Amino acid sequence: MGREGEVVAGLLPEFERINPGIRVKVQQIPWTAAHEKLLTAFAGDATPDLCQLGNTWIPELAALDALAPLDAHVAGSSVVDASDYFAGIWDTNRVDGRLYGVPWYVDTRLLFYRRDLLRRAGFAEPPRSWDEWRRMLAAVQAQAPSDRHAILLPLNEFEPLLALMLQQDDSVLRDNGRWGNFASPGFRRALAFYLEMFQRGWAPVLVSGAVSNVWTDFARGRFVFYVSGPWNIGELRRRLPAAQQETWTTAPLPGPDGPGASIAGGSSLVMFRSSRHQAAAWRLIEFFSQPAVQRRFHAATGDLPPRRTAWADPELAADAQARAFREQLERVKPAPKVPEWERIANELRVVAEQAVRGTVPLAQAARELDARADRILEKRRWILARRAAE
Amino acid sequence: MRGVAGWWFVAPALVVIGVFFFLPVLAALALSFTDFDIYALADGRNLRLVGLGNYAALLVSPLFWRAFGNTLYFVVVGVPLSVAVSLATALLLHSRLLRLRGVFRTALFAPVVTTLVAVAVIWRYLFNPHHGLLNYALGLLGVPAIDWLGDPNWAMPAIILFAVWKNFGYNMVIFLAGLASIPEALYEAARVDGASAWRQFRHVTLPMLAPIVAMVNVLTIAGYFQLFAEPYVMTQGGPLQSTVSVLYFMYEEGFKWWNLGSASAVAFMLFVFIFGVTALQLRLARWQYAP
Repeated sequence: MGREGEVVAGLLPEFERINPGIRVKVQQIPWTAAHEKLLTAFAGDATPDLCQLGNTWIPELAALDALAPLDAHVAGSSVVDASDYFAGIWDTNRVDGRLYGVPWYVDTRLLFYRRDLLRRAGFAEPPRSWDEWRRMLAAVQAQAPSDRHAILLPLNEFEPLLALMLQQDDSVLRDNGRWGNFASPGFRRALAFYLEMFQRGWAPVLVSGAVSNVWTDFARGRFVFYVSGPWNIGELRRRLPAAQQETWTTAPLPGPDGPGASIAGGSSLVMFRSSRHQAAAWRLIEFFSQPAVQRRFHAATGDLPPRRTAWADPELAADAQARAFREQLERVKPAPKVPEWERIANELRVVAEQAVRGTVPLAQAARELDARADRILEKRRWILARRAAE
Repeated sequence: MRGVAGWWFVAPALVVIGVFFFLPVLAALALSFTDFDIYALADGRNLRLVGLGNYAALLVSPLFWRAFGNTLYFVVVGVPLSVAVSLATALLLHSRLLRLRGVFRTALFAPVVTTLVAVAVIWRYLFNPHHGLLNYALGLLGVPAIDWLGDPNWAMPAIILFAVWKNFGYNMVIFLAGLASIPEALYEAARVDGASAWRQFRHVTLPMLAPIVAMVNVLTIAGYFQLFAEPYVMTQGGPLQSTVSVLYFMYEEGFKWWNLGSASAVAFMLFVFIFGVTALQLRLARWQYAP
């Protein structure tokens, strides 16, 4: 999918040389069409042997019973060592106690910030807790002209709010994903902090479509903090002038009291149940899971590897802007593993935007989110109840 | 005997229409009485017959009514605007004073045949709050900058502007054909009677065009109720769901969330509504022009 599809084509000749008799056909599809294409492939009984899957899609395809469990393969493998993977990332591949995927590359959200502007406001180090972050946001905003802001949180992204919520002790859904848990104190605390950033004028009220070019705006100092993912390391290196490369860096996400968690994202490699070449497909998964291959993959794509040994690579270890990701990856948690999650996340985005724009007060937003999540999860409750009765 | 032969001749077309149109429509109708979703795709036992449940759920769904209201807004403002612009440009093109008629006609018709996605990208630039041409022009007139696609109050007007620009050329061509068919003798008689240009328009052009206006209205309203591509490429339904149309809502239900049962119900509700509106229009038109 996407850029990964192109890079894989370059790695395959080596795999085919080591494994004579196995021929790999790669089909590249754009991310935007991938979800629909996979579901129609399943309905038409035309699934591939192996594919790359965004890890939030695993619960959905597992519910379809489309994926082959990998527990036995991993137990017998000398290459795929579960303890070498970041625990939160590995966990995204487990649904109802079974393993359906092997992490391929990882993704999480953390802080990108302007070092020079933060220092000018009197802070040499990035924030580690919400209170420190608050103080910095206020100090930065106090010095900023009216068209500048301390932080950019585009309203069409639910991820920053989800990350704040994952830092809480309360889970996002409760009772094995049967009900929403948005009325919990944890979520209300996360939402209150999120709203505070808009109400105090630290974050502008806008969607990312209104930001014509987020990188030049960042370079011009229109905002100091930005919660984003690993792809922006490459984008910023490519797009900002050399003289400005020292002005920005990354930091782990601050938590309520000290360093906080973030979202376990990324892509995994999965095998389909209907595949008649499972042994060969597993060989390919093992090939892509070797730390040496992951390093080459990282060099070609910029995607961050999911294994700690791959991070020991001198080039990656010396990369100051990637280092924060290494630290954050030890503290990532999966989004709720139910097929309905994307839909609930969409409601989270919609209701959060209403709360930011002031059309719905906080307490009502939390209740409304629970009501919407519970309605979406109705079928899941029915199926779980029927399964329990059988 | 002759009748039977006739049926044989149309049979291939009827079979194609039956298999590729009526059968899917019937299947969708059946689907709208179930809660078909990805669970049902996995295992047929997860399919529940819900009767009119999908319809009932839609009737109490705030987002459905929001989408319905947005669509109605688009139709009520967009259709008169679109028809008026089409008629005005057709009259200008029909004027005897005009030179280079072919060039203007082609230029004004061009938006209809352009690719929607490509021009949507251009219009996004035009609508950009900081660097857009539209706000620049308004700025020259002293109007403060408008966040066209980011402000919930302005997103739908922006979509309407874009849709009218994209579509008016089609109706313009129909009006041009209508204008060409009005006998010149009527205008000559009116001029002899001393009618001004406005009265000629009011008492000759409009009555003679009336059947065409009625037809254009029916087609445009039915088309505008099916608003989808414009918000899909420009705003994805946002901001604050101010540009979610009924069809966009159906698309999300069906192909984003895979609630095909509920999505089918949306489609049938929209069908019944458009059918009702069109029937009403035809009845009005018949009543108006009854001898």
